Amino acid sequence: MGDHVSTKGGTAATTDYLLEARGITKMFGDLAANDDVTLKLAPGEIHALLGENGAGKSTLVKIIYGSLQPTAGSLHWLGQEVSIANPAAARNLGIGMVFQHFSLFEALNVVENIALALPKDTDIKDLSQKISDVSKEYGLPLEPTALVADLSVGERQRIEIVRCLLQEPRLLIMDEPTAVLTPQEADQLFLTLERLAKEGCAVLYISHRLDEVKRLCHDATILRMGKVVGQVDPQKETAASLARLMVGADVHAINANREHKPGETLLKLNRLSQDADGPFGVSLVDINLDVKAGEVVAIAGVAGNGQSELFDAISGERTSGTAGAVQIDARDSGLDTITQRRRNGAGFVPEERLGHGAVPGLSLSENIVLTRHSDDAGLSKSGFINRESAIAINERITRDYDVRKGKPDPEARSLSGGNLQKFVVGRELDRKPKVLVINQPTWGVDAGAAALIRQAMIDLALAGSAVLVISQDLDEIFEIADRIAVISRGQLSEAFPAGDLTLEKIGLLMAGAHEKKNPDATGTNEKVSA
Amino acid sequence: MDATQAVILTIITASTPLLLAAIGELVTERSGVLNLGVEGMMVMGAVCGFAAAYTTGNPYIGILAGVLGGVALSFFFAILTQTLATNQVATGLALTLLGLGLSGLIGESFVGLPGVKLQQLSIPFLSTIPFIGPILFGQDILVYTSIALIFGTTYVLFKTRIGLIIRSVGDNHNSAHALGYNVIAVRYACIMFGGACSGLSGAYLSLAYTPQWIENMTAGRGWVALALVVFSTWLPKRLAIGAYLFGAVWIMGLYVQALGFGIPSQFLSSLPYVVTIIALVIISGNKTLTRVNTPACIGQTFVPDR
Repeated sequence: MGDHVSTKGGTAATTDYLLEARGITKMFGDLAANDDVTLKLAPGEIHALLGENGAGKSTLVKIIYGSLQPTAGSLHWLGQEVSIANPAAARNLGIGMVFQHFSLFEALNVVENIALALPKDTDIKDLSQKISDVSKEYGLPLEPTALVADLSVGERQRIEIVRCLLQEPRLLIMDEPTAVLTPQEADQLFLTLERLAKEGCAVLYISHRLDEVKRLCHDATILRMGKVVGQVDPQKETAASLARLMVGADVHAINANREHKPGETLLKLNRLSQDADGPFGVSLVDINLDVKAGEVVAIAGVAGNGQSELFDAISGERTSGTAGAVQIDARDSGLDTITQRRRNGAGFVPEERLGHGAVPGLSLSENIVLTRHSDDAGLSKSGFINRESAIAINERITRDYDVRKGKPDPEARSLSGGNLQKFVVGRELDRKPKVLVINQPTWGVDAGAAALIRQAMIDLALAGSAVLVISQDLDEIFEIADRIAVISRGQLSEAFPAGDLTLEKIGLLMAGAHEKKNPDATGTNEKVSA
Repeated sequence: MDATQAVILTIITASTPLLLAAIGELVTERSGVLNLGVEGMMVMGAVCGFAAAYTTGNPYIGILAGVLGGVALSFFFAILTQTLATNQVATGLALTLLGLGLSGLIGESFVGLPGVKLQQLSIPFLSTIPFIGPILFGQDILVYTSIALIFGTTYVLFKTRIGLIIRSVGDNHNSAHALGYNVIAVRYACIMFGGACSGLSGAYLSLAYTPQWIENMTAGRGWVALALVVFSTWLPKRLAIGAYLFGAVWIMGLYVQALGFGIPSQFLSSLPYVVTIIALVIISGNKTLTRVNTPACIGQTFVPDR
């Protein structure tokens, strides 16, 4: 394998490929998710697979991993044509995969989770020791007996990686691995991947973070609408040229140039504390935050650190302990219902657009009625719905926010993710709320839609509203936020002006640098000093 | 045979059918399938067991027939819910109605006939030990089977690879599928294991508990078994505690009623439900443990990508 070790910056100098996908086509009904895709992977190569959402990256890797069967085309492993009937067959060849949405079992512990992915004859008794060995060797600390439900997202990813490493893979597929990591955790991951590549393992790296790809990958294949539109050396490209290949057009930079002139405080969190809702929730500890008129404040953090709990507390899905803990437009709203908070001028966009932000089986106009029945839009009168005005509002929202739909008033579930997100964001923005709280505004949304949503949030702030954005996407945060706070384990840092923060500093905060070591002890100290 | 011994023997007899049916349903639910047809599978087991034993004169052939009756009905449930992806709740309810109706039809000519009783074991010396002899060594084979099943399922579910796969399928069927496990096949097997246990439970009723065939003779025991599974937080040992507690309070109630303390009979007959629910709620007070043991995918239909 040593002969095939490639250096960063050049493609692997070898003629015999580890894996070749030739002319892969996958049809879902009339839609070609993959259309004559060809991909070649050499041992020791870190190969990026780039593309927007829906470009066909996931379909392609699922075919390589045996989860899906191609409609046409063939796979060749070390020059031999193979048919990969299922993931077990892929693992037997030496293909390992780390999923974007982890394939872990929350109710099982680390050893059990790993055992499930190993061959039948594996001795489970020795496995704990093996896990410890491998995790030490690659600098991926793991506690074998810990329950997955208790672990952070970064730790969960380590389980997936260790699980693959134990199978001594020759090809490792990583699906958007850094989406859930702090910058420091991502650096650690890159070291692991580079080491694996040196040992001769090929890595197929799926990402839409172009700077990462430039830093890590030797080669890149770019997909658009299911077709290969480019096979490039990422070292010779710029992030902008890669983006242009992915999107097929120049991505409009959003116009964020504006002075930060905050007005009066419109949203205030005042010592907001809340016990965890159930054993796997996160407690919120003493959260203080002001969001003023005319500014965008962003909350960064690794998923699962209390973002959804914080959103629920602000939106009123869970009422907080005291009325004063949440103040919306100078009114104590901590005990108000969601509807009362909306009447008071607030708008909320939850993280999960389908099922939480919109009812899948209802039409768009009906979904509008659901959040706006009580405001002044005149959608309901004496308990009767005014369908005409709901449909009119729907027309306005879908036009203003470029929601692409087949029928005039389709069911929410029939919209693609990006279009539905534009709809749920547009539905709140159309009300011109004084306070907008939005959780993961562009999660899983393509670049064009993301730019539109970000611009809309900035425009709302410019018009004098207070905007609070909870996001895991640091690029997005730096693009739109005036001030940035970081949440970790239910504790929120101070909100720093965006210009004062570096990626490194945010990474430290995401890892918990601002946390009070022991909240109870601090409380006692305060009492003592007072 | 003194009174205490008689009470204990009756409690075991009353608890065993609940335990048998519930342990099967526990395994089914651990794999992520909610089969509300326990009552129907039990009553099918009862009628098939009775009919086969009456025809052949051999209660063991009756047991086998009871198991097959339960398995047949559960196989039907598996085809509908797993292969044809029907709603599990509706299909389970329909299965109960089907089982009750079908058993009435099959059993029509057996009503009122004298049954074949499953004999208690009689081990020389051991079974004649005063007091504990009949309790520990003088039961019929199904009582021992039910106890073996408690330990067996605990061992298999928590100590073996097969058990790990069953739990993983119930916890997250998408992940299990992504790792290459055949979710549908695992669920088929667990559903049919549940059917076998329910059939066994029904056969116990018509061969040991009251050796005769009466229409609807399960009298709601299938529903009690279903409730026990939930309240036991899907742990076999707690299930055994629940089943015996239910049987004990029930039988005590009958005795108290017979002694005539003037307590309303409605109160006494509701007591087992109340006591069992309270007891199991108390022992399942640990929320984390409950969450971990609750099959997260229960009742959800799994349709793999193609």
